[in-house]
Formats: sequence, C-alpha cells, structure tokens
Amino acid sequence: MKCPNEAIEYMHEYLDEEISEENKELLKKHLQECEDCRNYFHELKKAIALVQSTSHIAAPADFTARVMANLPEENKKVKAKRWFRNHPFLTAAAMFFVLMSGTVLSTWNQDQQFSFSKQPSLVVENGTVIVPKGKTVEGDIVVRNGDIKVEGRVKGNVTVINGKQYMASAGNVTGEIEEVDQLFEWLWYNIKGTGKEVLDINENEEKK
Amino acid sequence: MDALVKLRIKQVLKGDQNAFGEVVELYKDKVFQLCFRMLGNRHEAEDIAQEAFVRAYVNIRSFNIDLKFSTWLYRIATNLCIDRMRKKKPSVYLDAEVAGTDGLDMYSQLASDIPLPEDELETLELQETIQAQIIKLPEKYRSVIVLKYIEELSLKEISDILDLPIGTVKTRIHRGREALRNQLRHL
Ligand SMILES: [Zn+2]
Repeated sequence: MKCPNEAIEYMHEYLDEEISEENKELLKKHLQECEDCRNYFHELKKAIALVQSTSHIAAPADFTARVMANLPEENKKVKAKRWFRNHPFLTAAAMFFVLMSGTVLSTWNQDQQFSFSKQPSLVVENGTVIVPKGKTVEGDIVVRNGDIKVEGRVKGNVTVINGKQYMASAGNVTGEIEEVDQLFEWLWYNIKGTGKEVLDINENEEKK
Repeated sequence: MDALVKLRIKQVLKGDQNAFGEVVELYKDKVFQLCFRMLGNRHEAEDIAQEAFVRAYVNIRSFNIDLKFSTWLYRIATNLCIDRMRKKKPSVYLDAEVAGTDGLDMYSQLASDIPLPEDELETLELQETIQAQIIKLPEKYRSVIVLKYIEELSLKEISDILDLPIGTVKTRIHRGREALRNQLRHL
C-alpha cells in the first residue's frame, strides 16, 4: 500500500473546509483504496465529533450579580451627571440657587483668564504649565484656561479647567487627575462644595 | 445581537453601569464555557470568567466600538485562562477534583439540578473522559481547539483573539486534532 505524503494534509484541509476540488478528488480516491487512511480519517472526525458533543454548560445562576457586585464603584462625577439627567427640574432648581448666590457666575467670568496654582518649580510656556522632569510638586495644582504637562511628579490632585493634561507616564500624579472643560462640568466642580449635601441626599434616594 | 451589544456598550461608556449587566447576561455562558473547557475546574472557571468581565468593564474605553465585542471579550478571557494555566502544573486540578468528591465529579455536579435517567450517566462519564482529554492537550493546542470546536469561532476570529497569524492557528488546530485523535480513538 502506498500512501501519498499529502494524504493526511488533505484530510486536514478537508476538515478546515479549505480543500480544493482537485485535492478532494485525490483524497476520496485514496480513501477508497486505502483502509489505513480510511481509519485514520475516521478517527480524526470522531475526535472532533466527541469534542463537539460535550454538552454546553451554563454559568451559575448568580453569575451576573456577582460580576456587578465586583465592579469598581461608579465615578462620582458620572453618578452625579446621571442624576442631573434624570432629575432635570431639581437640577435646574439647584443650579438656580447656586447661581443666585452670585459667586459662581461671577467667578466664571473672572475665570476666563489663564491662571494656575502658584507652586514652586512650575514652569510656564505658551499657556502651558509644565512640571519639569526631575521636579516634584508637593500639593494640588489647578490650571484654568491653559494646559498642563507633567514630566516630573505631582504629590496631589491635578485639575485642568478649560484645558488638557499631558502625562509623560501614568503614576506621576499621586492624586486624582481631572479635566473640567465645559461650563456644565465647571459648574458641577464649583457646586461640589456647596452642593455636596444635595448630592448626598440624591445618592441615598437612588438606593431606595 | 451586535447592534444591541453596541448600544449597551455606548451606555456603559456614558457611565451607565446597569447596561453592563445586560452585556454580562448576553455572554456569561460562552465565557464561562470557554474558561471551563480551558481550565477543567468549575470554581476556577467561574473566578476567571468573573475577572474577565470585571476587566472588560474597567478597560471598556480601550475597546474599539467598530470591532466585534465578543472577540475582544474572549481575548481577555483566553489570556486570563492561559496565564492561570501557566501558573499551574497541567492536569493536577482535574484529578484533585475527582478525588475530592465521592466519585461524582464536576459533570454530575453540574447537572445535579436535572433528574438523570440511568442511561444518561453513561453519557456523563463519556463527557468527563472527553473533557479530561481536552485538558491533557498542551496549552497552545487546547486554546485553539476550544475556540474552534466548542465556541465554534472562525479561523479569523481565533487569530484575532490569540493575536496569532492565521497560518499558526491552522497549524495548531492540525496538531491539536492529531493529538485528540490519538487520545480519543479508543473510545
Ligand atoms: Zn493511505
């Protein structure tokens, strides 16, 4: 019995459903003549059928609940935004009170200029605040209407209002990094302090 | 299905955590099955499948919405399984589990809520044997065989999930089939 070297290769091509008509004919012909190859081919197909026959199993019943319980807590900002979306009237009312207090709107107007927290070792170039390489800033940095580039390290939070932050690498800032670039977010950033109680009440409400 | 998944993911991206729950519902069985066939142990499979979903959630921003979500998700799950497999000696866990239970192992446990007719016990035994043979495959053949024959994915999808050229995937499937032929032909 002489088996062409390609016989087994053709079997795999066949099983991959990638065999040419020509090779298919050759394989067919050879299988008719050769019992060994016929057995071999049968064993291959049997192995696949057996693997496919392993019944499909389902995830445990509490699977999704467990995943959800293990997700990191939703970002506070996202939570607040969703609450604002879902409670437009109350949001408008809250905004009204905040705006009525006068301070926010006037600071918004004042705040159109470039400004940043005075911290030693900060360098400014073309409206970009730079934390130079090898330098460490101890404390928070707030930049308004400009960008910040962190090449060194910051031991504190970085907040950019109407600007972008560029990081040489993650982990250079020990605190939170936040970009606040819209009036809405800016308002939220401002009422975070004054409106904190309001938000806390909302969160409790959401849980009910 | 794809359109629904995309919609849910957009909601997740907007910060709606609940939408992710629906994504989990859609894929949990497939991901659990994948982990179970790769690891051969129910508890471990559940741990890894859980972790895969949590990682998907945490890294959802790095998912390209124009691509197929399942490919991305399977990729996370497969990589976690492979990591886990590399950290363990092969085939230890299966024996441990069988020894730790009174002759009833994972398959009978899995099916324990369904009443079993006598002749189905035989099927269960056969399934156990097959699973044991899948677990015996070296990791690089096992992953392609599970993705191809249990998850029924295309060569292209497998190549995307494993980040391997299609040619390599094909070769591994061939070798995996050869190994399975050897292991299963006497059944
Ligand atoms: Zn032959």
